[in-house]
Amino acid sequence: MSNQLPAIVLLLTLLAAPLCSMMRNGDHAWKLAVSSAWLSVVAAFALLQQVWGGYEISYHMGGWPPPWGIEVRIDELSALVLVLVTLFGSIVLSALRESLRPIMRSHRHSLYYTTFLLCMASLIGITITGDAFNVFVFLEISSLSTYALIARGRDRRALTASFRYLIMGTIGATFILIAIGFIYMVTGTLNMADLAERLPAHADNRVVQASFAFFTIGIALKVAVFPLHYWLPNSYTYAPKATTAFLAATATKVSLYVMIRFVFDVYGIEFSFQQMQLGLLLVPLSIAGFLIASLTAVFQNDVKRLLAWSSVAQLSYMVLGLGLLNIDGLTASITHMFNHAMIKAGLFLALAAMIYRVESSKLSDLAGIGRTMPYTTAAFVILGLGLIGVPLTAGFVSKWYLISAALEKDWLWLAVLLIASSLMAVVYIGKIIDAAYFKPVSASHAQVKEVPPIILIPCWTFALLTIYFGIDTRLSAGLAGRVAQTLLGVGS
Amino acid sequence: MFTGLFNYWVVIIIMMSGLYVVMSSSNLIKKIIGLNIFQTAVFILFISMGKISGGTAPILAEGITAYSNPLPHVLILTAIVVGVATTALGLAIAVRVHEAYGSVDEIEIAAIDAADFDQETPAKPAEDTTS
Repeated sequence: MSNQLPAIVLLLTLLAAPLCSMMRNGDHAWKLAVSSAWLSVVAAFALLQQVWGGYEISYHMGGWPPPWGIEVRIDELSALVLVLVTLFGSIVLSALRESLRPIMRSHRHSLYYTTFLLCMASLIGITITGDAFNVFVFLEISSLSTYALIARGRDRRALTASFRYLIMGTIGATFILIAIGFIYMVTGTLNMADLAERLPAHADNRVVQASFAFFTIGIALKVAVFPLHYWLPNSYTYAPKATTAFLAATATKVSLYVMIRFVFDVYGIEFSFQQMQLGLLLVPLSIAGFLIASLTAVFQNDVKRLLAWSSVAQLSYMVLGLGLLNIDGLTASITHMFNHAMIKAGLFLALAAMIYRVESSKLSDLAGIGRTMPYTTAAFVILGLGLIGVPLTAGFVSKWYLISAALEKDWLWLAVLLIASSLMAVVYIGKIIDAAYFKPVSASHAQVKEVPPIILIPCWTFALLTIYFGIDTRLSAGLAGRVAQTLLGVGS
Repeated sequence: MFTGLFNYWVVIIIMMSGLYVVMSSSNLIKKIIGLNIFQTAVFILFISMGKISGGTAPILAEGITAYSNPLPHVLILTAIVVGVATTALGLAIAVRVHEAYGSVDEIEIAAIDAADFDQETPAKPAEDTTS
């Protein structure tokens, strides 16, 4: 049983999805979806335990040995992303039923859970597969289900946002397909471990270099690296309520994982950073990214859009850590991938709870919400502090590593810029706190009540996890540090 | 140079035409057509790389020594399915956009959104017309 876990963790959600679509009763479909999702969390933790300490699992689909068959490969990095996707996805899914109720008739809920589960299953697939072409297929499945999830938003602008994302996402994914085709032409293999062995011999081949360029552009679109983030703010703003929490937590993070996996493992550091000078591209772009996105967030009046812009800024931190190419930077990148997924999912979920009652995410409509919905707002504040990077929250840990990475390079100016960007986060989170606690409650929202526990508990779970991972960093930064050492090839 | 790499030149021309249509056209349907042309170029790229001159289908038979590589062809079958799904979803969203805005032109839609924004009226929720 336990040696079949790599297949089980994927199949749980993948098989539950079509079953859900056949159910007419939304409540039954939700129960099935939630139970399969939480079972996959258990499987993910079991896998993490198996690889804990730097081990690897190689599972041969259908018993065909690689490089001929399709290999599922799990190491510590993929196990961490696996936990991220399944755990945060399941928490959001638990709150989803209640938050869907006002926007959709209940017999259509089951189709929504189907799409959600498909998205989750494909993200799991991307994380665990050891086959380059599988990455493309799963990436497309996850993108297609994401477009469908976003298009279900209540505002009609959700449709145009989703369409825009569809065009850009498809171009990005097709670029990745071209990249995979090129390296297949040169090496004749699609297995990622096999590719990693064969590619260094072809480092001077123009085809491999073109493939690297196509891959970088394609995945940068998916990660929303500045200036390819154009699709993100609208998609996050108009996606229906709790769905944004799931998308913000998982989709871009898994794309970032693919980027790390290909840049460091498949193409190799020497090729990516010395021959192709990827750092020269990523570092300036991500610096511009976090400064411009943080500044834009400060001037937003819609909290959902504000958080979406803040996501662009936070993603730039992760890409920056990757581009700095030292152990602290990569540790920061991976830790922040995990921490930010948790914090942003919690923030969007708490916001969804407020929208559930207030029916708006405008700052003016949220005035005084700290008094009408004290528990939700308190969770939001804790998560907001995590986003800023206040000590004893998870956000502090990853920012600490990022600033040490900048100092290690003797780039004092970069550390200053990072702190400046954090100050902008203080401003935009402060704006929300100011509206929530210090503005009078408007008459039309005086009757607003606290949300039901089924939404409140997930919000608080994220808030408490944010504090927990600010104190106990074995799972986040501890693991990330080991992974960073392995990826950079120092130590063991 | 040109004749030896004929397929690849075709791929580049088709790919760039597709990308150009996606970027230059403001009509959502035309964008999807452009996207399809773009993806078709990638299909041709994959199919070309599996073919060797004089090679035949990979079925074992008397007197045949050269076989084409079937793997890229199989891969591209999957990619075609993905492409069809993308087109279907894109068209479905375009239909919904037309229902909600009465237009499938990006510029007109942007103008409608801007007008909504000026009036400070909340945008109409997209009606659930499918059920």
